[in-house]
Amino acid sequence: MRDSQSFVPALKALVFVLALVPLARLAVALAFFPDWLGANPAEFITRSLGDWTLRFLLATLAVTPLRVLTGWHWLLRLRRMLGLYAFFYGVVHLSSYVAFDQLFSVPEILRDIAKRPFITVGFTTLVLMIPLAATSTNAMVRRLGAKRWLALHRLVYVIGPLAVLHFWWMVKRDVTQPAIYGLILALLLGYRVLARRRGRRGSVPAPATR
Amino acid sequence: MIIKRPHDIQPSEITPRGVYEGRRRFMKLAAAASVLGAGGVLEPARAQEKTLGLPKLGNVAKSRFSTAEPLTAYKHITRYNNYYEFGTDKDDPAEYAGRLKVRPWTLAVEGEVAKPRTFGIEELLKFPLEERIYRLRCVEAWSMVIPWIGFEFNRLAKLVEPTSKAKFVEFVTAVQPDTMPGVHLPVLDWPYVEGLRIDEAMHPLTILAVGLYGEVLPNQNGAPLRLVVPWKYGFKSGKSLARIRFVGEQPKTAWEKANSHEYGFYSNVNPNVDHPRWSQKRERRIPDLFARRETLMFNGYGEQVASLYAGMDLKKFF
Ligand code: HEM
Repeated sequence: MRDSQSFVPALKALVFVLALVPLARLAVALAFFPDWLGANPAEFITRSLGDWTLRFLLATLAVTPLRVLTGWHWLLRLRRMLGLYAFFYGVVHLSSYVAFDQLFSVPEILRDIAKRPFITVGFTTLVLMIPLAATSTNAMVRRLGAKRWLALHRLVYVIGPLAVLHFWWMVKRDVTQPAIYGLILALLLGYRVLARRRGRRGSVPAPATR
Repeated sequence: MIIKRPHDIQPSEITPRGVYEGRRRFMKLAAAASVLGAGGVLEPARAQEKTLGLPKLGNVAKSRFSTAEPLTAYKHITRYNNYYEFGTDKDDPAEYAGRLKVRPWTLAVEGEVAKPRTFGIEELLKFPLEERIYRLRCVEAWSMVIPWIGFEFNRLAKLVEPTSKAKFVEFVTAVQPDTMPGVHLPVLDWPYVEGLRIDEAMHPLTILAVGLYGEVLPNQNGAPLRLVVPWKYGFKSGKSLARIRFVGEQPKTAWEKANSHEYGFYSNVNPNVDHPRWSQKRERRIPDLFARRETLMFNGYGEQVASLYAGMDLKKFF
């Protein structure tokens, strides 16, 4: 079993590098090829970073269902990195907004958070992600104990829907895209709810804890 | 005049790219040289601007209403559009509007008028044309500087003789289900309808635009004929107009029907009245990275239009 998973460190390294490609692409475009970013480069950058935040969040949530469905238990070893990338892209997404939209003005940002529901929601989402990122190390898991750690990380049931709501409320009129992300999220979270119910009845193995 | 649909035949289908590009550069230089030689005042920026090469509009007068601010690049004006009939992404119109059928085209002008009439686009292109370099401020907090070509709406109005019952003007834009993928989705209540108070419509700043950067309008910018009201948010300026009605009651506009809480009938550019979901204090001049420009009351046209709203509470009538 161990031997058959010897590819995992290499895979982890690969995923680590690939996950930086979206950011690198934006940086290269900004520095050398502004035309790639179109007429409104700040919008392109903020949106692209927001998309990747949500995608990494969904990828993190997809690990458990995929693992159970495929029996590829090594997938679990990518989960922490995917989750941390979601947080990382969230922070860069926020930075893009802070710099390009708000010109680093703290009062304006606070006003915006108070005034614009979609910003309020985005901010809340990112704040809720902080404790999860902060408790991602093995040492923290040990310190908290598996039970409390798990309970804390159930926050993702709030974070996911809030992230989709943030996208939904941002859109002026056409909600197709947030609806698609919302559907995927509903499947990933719904799977867990169902699996737990069935698990309680003892027909299907309970979903992975971590 | 023969007007070619922009995407019918690309020059690239006939001539190798390098060759036609070189040829175009030469022709533009030659044109610039001849204009300059004749004592003209063609701005260098415009002479070098790479356009779609649509039919040029001749005999275009300058206007005292034009701003001297640097023009937004043609590529940005024509590739960053809100034209929901072709999709809600900014690049959808550039992608799909090529299919729009702009010939034949008629504009019906009717309602509370003594002489209702339908104009063919050829007749409309015969109005004395002016270049109007206007700021455009989108409700989404970005802005551009656009060299429109067109004529004042009041010239058209005079021909149909509005009656004393005409208090508002309704602008109805085209719906072509076979060329417009967006109208099959319930994003807005089609056709897209906009409206102005009659005094706003008759104001000399309100124009019907038929051209951009010296050429006929690209489809994605509202060919063959669109409204431009520079002191209001961009969505007030309906594209590809099919019908204009002079009416007694304030028209129900498409965005009001969609969300009257966020989009008012007046929709004057106003830094002091925020959109419920974002601030309107500042704007991003395309293609700037930073949104650092202060938004001006009436988009900087207050001197001309503020009197239209004397005594009105613009927070209430937003
Ligand atoms: C303080 C926190 C946040 C702020 C201030 C913020 C701000 C923004 C802004 C301003 C936009 C719109 C960009 C534009 O239209 O120009 C946006 C879009 C978006 N944000 Fe956030 N955001 C935050 C947190 C998050 C988080 C935590 C997520 C995901 C988990 C997220 C996901 C998205 C997505 C998916 C979009 C839409 C992108 C698109 O249109 O394709 N944001 N955000």
